Amino acid sequence: MAEILVLADHSGGEVKKVTLELLTLARSLGEPSAVVVGAGAGSTVDALAEYGARRVYVAEDAELDRHPVAPAAEVLVQLVGPHSPAAVLIASTADGKEIAARLAVRIDSGLITDAVQVDADLTATQSIFGGSVIVKSRVTRGTPVITVRPNSTAPEAAAGPCEREDLSISLSDGASRAVITNRVEEKHDARPELAEAAVVVSGGRGVGGADGFKVIEALADALGGAVGASRAATDAGWYPHQYQVGQTGKTVSPQLYVAAGISGAIQHRAGMQTSKNIVVINKDPEAPIFEVADFGVVGDLFSVVPQLTEEVVKRK
Amino acid sequence: MKIAVCVKQVPDTWAQKRLDPDDKTLDRESVDGVINELDEYAIEEALQLGEATSGEVVVITMGPDKASETVRKALAMGADSAIHVCDAALHGSDALATSLVLAKVIGDRGFDLAIFGSESTDARMSVIPAMVAERLGQAQLTFAGKVDVEGSTVKIRRIAEHGYDEVTASLPAVISVVEKINEPRYPSFKGIMAAKKKPVERLTLAEVGVPADQVGLAAVASAVESFESAPPRAAGTVVTDEGDGGVKIAEYLSSQKFI
Ligand SMILES: Cc1cc2nc3c(=O)[nH]c(=O)nc-3n(C[C@H](O)[C@H](O)[C@H](O)COP(=O)(O)OP(=O)(O)OC[C@H]3O[C@@H](n4cnc5c(N)ncnc54)[C@H](O)[C@@H]3O)c2cc1C
Ligand SMILES: Nc1ncnc2c1ncn2[C@@H]1O[C@H](COP(=O)(O)O)[C@@H](O)[C@H]1O
Repeated sequence: MAEILVLADHSGGEVKKVTLELLTLARSLGEPSAVVVGAGAGSTVDALAEYGARRVYVAEDAELDRHPVAPAAEVLVQLVGPHSPAAVLIASTADGKEIAARLAVRIDSGLITDAVQVDADLTATQSIFGGSVIVKSRVTRGTPVITVRPNSTAPEAAAGPCEREDLSISLSDGASRAVITNRVEEKHDARPELAEAAVVVSGGRGVGGADGFKVIEALADALGGAVGASRAATDAGWYPHQYQVGQTGKTVSPQLYVAAGISGAIQHRAGMQTSKNIVVINKDPEAPIFEVADFGVVGDLFSVVPQLTEEVVKRK
Repeated sequence: MKIAVCVKQVPDTWAQKRLDPDDKTLDRESVDGVINELDEYAIEEALQLGEATSGEVVVITMGPDKASETVRKALAMGADSAIHVCDAALHGSDALATSLVLAKVIGDRGFDLAIFGSESTDARMSVIPAMVAERLGQAQLTFAGKVDVEGSTVKIRRIAEHGYDEVTASLPAVISVVEKINEPRYPSFKGIMAAKKKPVERLTLAEVGVPADQVGLAAVASAVESFESAPPRAAGTVVTDEGDGGVKIAEYLSSQKFI
């Protein structure tokens, strides 16, 4: 069966959920091989095997963590040549898309980003223009490089035999030009990452201030979700910019998206419209966000959201 | 310092975007074009770095005739000159071809820095800066939330999920900036008048030196097979809060097995 390379996303050896989704998807396209890069890479092998990786290429070298993006692309370049995989799948994150970009240039192959589905014949489905148009495309030159959005596939375990192959990688000059001199952790909460989260609870201008986000955070925590924000809220400095959802922020596609105090401007909807279930709380019955709501409540978020949080905790 | 800033004209965000049913490319003719909003941050950053080093800022765009409006806006903000690559053969170019053209223009003219927006709001790929860096063999310093240049060293904060990384390289380098790195200036009346006299070099593909068979629809490495409007979302239930709005949502969530 054709080999499908899946670039594994991990943080210090802990595999990200999106990688398990990609392995699950890869099994419907061929035989998945995982590629894992950086410090802690070796300790991911068991988790990758459990989700169906038949082979794991391990490039465990702290030097590879000293440079952003380019090393992972180099590892993939060095594998694609000898193995001629049927496709390379990478998570559609900021880093993932840049890795895919460099890979596509190096192997002169077509690139499709932000796929929400990949069929057995490698036709990729994308949702564009803020979710209003569905496009099916195919790579017509080289080895298809496809980045897949988190939450596109439900991860399913499929343990089996797995071979580990350790790689030794020499970086090109270009790949080592940018050097990471310091890593600063700013995320203090234990919430899931916004782009990966199965549940996202977002607040907008209606939240009224930085303090108001406490009710949003409480609901997110009760549901085990991430917190998001509209641009009005991030512009006002109520919530950090990296949590902005929308056209110029993150695109999210969770199982459940809760929008509280958000009007639903087209630029906001562009980043959340493909969520599976959308729940809305807004004072204004005319707010356009209700057009995409599966369930909406016209009311004050400061009474509705805390009551909902209490109910969620009670029912758990 | 010699700084290039790459800007793209995109359909106005409010416009109804559509794909051309014949060649399945974005129909750019029927919609108003505006400067890609994220590129305004790139222009502002280029202008600030240019001012700090008494350098020169050159706007580069690849796009149809009417992209010259976008060039004018960047010049009105304060850039010194512009290069507009415009050629019928470029229609339908994918990211590989776009990056090939931009990298050729940048590489041939020896810039110290090439600054990009982090994403175009129409293609939304976020790949061009990385592709250009790869093609030029230059350092890729992307998703910058802060840029500092000291002598021949450039340092950025790469904004990431965990916070940020400090990344350093020697010039020349390719940078992309994130929204909110700065406050883009509005063109002044004086700036708008001055822009009319600033030099804009219009280049054909042959003048850039990229063969026509490597760009445009002729060279795409991926192709749209079909497209359709997304099915409208089924109308949802909307209730008015009568003191039990939170409970009602909890019941819905429980019916959907979220709790
Ligand atoms: C180029 C461009 C890019 C953009 N990119 C983005 C983007 O990425 N993301 C984004 O979000 N926006 C983006 N915007 C901005 C967008 O157009 C809107 O301005 C923004 O989304 C509005 O945020 P909001 O819904 O929080 O605020 P508003 O539109 O002011 O809405 C606030 C809502 O809260 C409701 N409300 C107030 N108080 C309460 C209460 N106590 N209880 C319940 N409801 C209450 C109000 O009824 C109202 O509907 C972009 C705009 C442009 C031009
Ligand atoms: N046709 C173009 N001309 C000039 N710059 C471009 C063009 N396309 C993309 N860019 C630059 O590349 C960045 C990222 O674009 P993208 O990879 O399409 O999301 C943009 O913010 C621009 O700075």
